[in-house]
Amino acid sequence: MTFLRIIKIITLFEFIKALFIAIKEIFKTKKTINYPFEKGKIGPRARGEHALRRYPNGEERCIACKLCEAVCPAQAITIESEQREDGSRKPTRYDIDMLKCIYCGLCEESCPVDAIVQGPNFEFATETREELYYNKEKLLDNGDRWEKILASNIKADRPYR
Amino acid sequence: MSDNIFIIFNEVYKILFLLIPVLVSVAMIVWLDRRVWAFVQKRRGPNVVGPFGLLQSLADALKYMFKEIIIPATANKVIFILAPIVTMTLALIAWAVIPFNNYFVLADINAGILYLFAISSLGVYGIIMGGWASNSKYPFLGAIRSAAQMVSYEVSIGVIIINVLLCVGSLNLGDIVLAQEKIWFVVPLFPMFVIFFISSLAETNRPPFDLPEAEAELVAGYQTEYSGMMYAMFWLGEYANILLMCAMGSILFLGGWLSPIDIFPFNLVPGPLWMIIKILLLFLLFSLVKAIVPRYRYDQLMRLGWKIFLPLSLIWVILTSSFLFYFDLLPVK
Repeated sequence: MTFLRIIKIITLFEFIKALFIAIKEIFKTKKTINYPFEKGKIGPRARGEHALRRYPNGEERCIACKLCEAVCPAQAITIESEQREDGSRKPTRYDIDMLKCIYCGLCEESCPVDAIVQGPNFEFATETREELYYNKEKLLDNGDRWEKILASNIKADRPYR
Repeated sequence: MSDNIFIIFNEVYKILFLLIPVLVSVAMIVWLDRRVWAFVQKRRGPNVVGPFGLLQSLADALKYMFKEIIIPATANKVIFILAPIVTMTLALIAWAVIPFNNYFVLADINAGILYLFAISSLGVYGIIMGGWASNSKYPFLGAIRSAAQMVSYEVSIGVIIINVLLCVGSLNLGDIVLAQEKIWFVVPLFPMFVIFFISSLAETNRPPFDLPEAEAELVAGYQTEYSGMMYAMFWLGEYANILLMCAMGSILFLGGWLSPIDIFPFNLVPGPLWMIIKILLLFLLFSLVKAIVPRYRYDQLMRLGWKIFLPLSLIWVILTSSFLFYFDLLPVK
């Protein structure tokens, strides 16, 4: 033990230095955010709550090709389809069990018409399990609500697909 | 008869006048502690409930009140319930002798410092009772650690108090403060002040000496089995003790209610305010220390208490007394 070290121990040098560092840190900007009032930035590729999109004329995009149902590793998607009178193929039922979903984003990637997408919303906690069994109406409603952000996100991510 | 009732009411009124501010300031101090701790780590800390989160502690207290009190099946029920009550009562009754001004003291007894010392020593019983009555391993180990730690550091605090008493010549807390009119004892007895501060950290189980409730090893130490209001009472007692230690430090070394310099703008500030400012400054140091230091190992803690602080304070007693004797400054002729 050198003489200098003994002096440092007796005068609590390190401790006082740490005290000054602590006081300096108090006045620096905070690294955390006021979460519920202020939210962090989310990238365009974020995989949050699902949504079914529509064409600008109001027609739903989904053609019930069932690619998403096939690719879904958690088997959370259930689709039943019908042929309409105008010859177009549309789903009669499009259910996602959000409790099974692992948010991998494969459904979004497999979709040939950009119908099923995962939006930036991650705050959809509910009080019961039943509320998390999403059906077609709920998903289309999500799509209507988030359409603006969804469209811009898809556009921003297009060059990298 | 009516005279007696009047006296009783007067006393109760005085007690409430002391007790309610102490309890409120304990709640505020918990908030301040968390806030300072968060700020040093560049977090925001509690800032949602009330302005700047000031009411956070009250919200917490409300939550604790509505929680279920769980008493373990194997616990000794009487002692288990008694332990937090003992802790909180002991932490609060010590405030009776703390003088906030020359005349502003609940019980102006002439052995005030002895009373204070005795009460703060008894504080360990609440913890031992809680740890033992829980009848489970973590509270038990935490209680053992805490008992050994508090007893060890009590010794050096006692010797430090002797140092101060040598300079004062009285056990009355008011006299101790008034003896510092010329110079605060923190100047001539500075090393003792440092040792007193560190010992009071150990005495109140604060980091870096929070081994009794070391989360990584002992879950929550002696509080592990407690829940609801009983847990909150342990916390209240702990923070009231911390505040008491700060008050003790400011009375013994920082000149209690005296203003730092006796010139115009300073001596207009009322004494109790100076006292509160000094307590708060000491507490700020307490909470800063919590943020910057890692926890001691247990054998290091014991070594520090018995092999460094005790001899050092004993040597300082000899130094102080010989200095006072040689220069004929002994307060009692």
